Amino acid sequence: MNPRWNTAHFRLGMREIAALTPGLAAWGLMTGVATANSGLSGVEVLLMSVLVYSGASQLAALPLLAAGAPLWVIVATAFCVNLRFIVFSAQLRDYLMDLPLGRRLFIGYATSDLSYMMMLRRWPQAAPDAQGRQEQRLYLAGSALLIWVSWIAASLIGIFFAQSIPQEWGLGFVGTLALIGMVLSLADSPLRGLAAAISGAAAVAAFALPLKLNILAGIAAAVCVCMVLEKTRPEMDAPRRPRA
Amino acid sequence: MKMLEGTDLWTVVAIGLLTVNTVITRCFFFIVNKRWTLPPWAQRGLHYAPIAALAGVIVPEVLMLNGHLLSTWQDARPYAVAAGAGWYFWRRGLLGTLVCGMTVYLGLRLGLGW
Repeated sequence: MNPRWNTAHFRLGMREIAALTPGLAAWGLMTGVATANSGLSGVEVLLMSVLVYSGASQLAALPLLAAGAPLWVIVATAFCVNLRFIVFSAQLRDYLMDLPLGRRLFIGYATSDLSYMMMLRRWPQAAPDAQGRQEQRLYLAGSALLIWVSWIAASLIGIFFAQSIPQEWGLGFVGTLALIGMVLSLADSPLRGLAAAISGAAAVAAFALPLKLNILAGIAAAVCVCMVLEKTRPEMDAPRRPRA
Repeated sequence: MKMLEGTDLWTVVAIGLLTVNTVITRCFFFIVNKRWTLPPWAQRGLHYAPIAALAGVIVPEVLMLNGHLLSTWQDARPYAVAAGAGWYFWRRGLLGTLVCGMTVYLGLRLGLGW
């Protein structure tokens, strides 16, 4: 049988990630609510929810869009938030490199954290042969499709739900809370906690800077201090729990 | 929410660039054929920049009002964050953090009018 039409791996990918979709749907629902309450127009809310496909960078961009920050500051902030994907992409390379560029870009775009995690759990190494890699990619395609459908559906439900709630309730705050949860989960060593504290304090202190540059000032201050401390006090970056 | 009203080109371009940002960060190491690695300083910076970026965005969102540090105790946001963080340290789990934080937030806003 032609491996291109063998759907067993595609279905396996869907089945193995299905257990994670309720949690993802809750996150998508909340992102939809926060985006709908951010002051963007209906078209902008829909475009953002369907296209950006990266919850944390989307939520981080909302207050910057609302404040009218320049495009490069919004993109620079979203880029920093998404840096973890750069680490993932180094791993994914071996599974994808025999495809043409267009297909690689499409697969990369569609592969969110959860699909990446499941892929590497099922196959920690890329297959040495072309058919093996094709099967691995079918697995990835199945899991990515289910995640994409769940995310988009949950976001849209969140948007329509938010429309029936008065704006004065300030439900958009749920996006800030989600980012707080994310910061807490990233702060797995004293030094990373310190990075959050320095950046937050600097962003408040430098709030008067134009163009929302206070955020970039916060990032720069935190990264500089932590890279120096890491050299002089390496024990400060010892994780409290084993890192994934 | 109005559909087209208030839609401006600048925001649509920003959404386009955010999408491009998703593609570039997710595909970073397999865009070009040549195998390469980041210099060591950039790899170390990678550990701290994401959490710093998120904190830089949200701390002013929680502690400031109209460009100034909060001068009143009657603001729901810090209490909601404290409640959410409390749940996180107690139980981990994002969903509980959201539910706990939003309960306090909505309670103070709608109940006490903060």
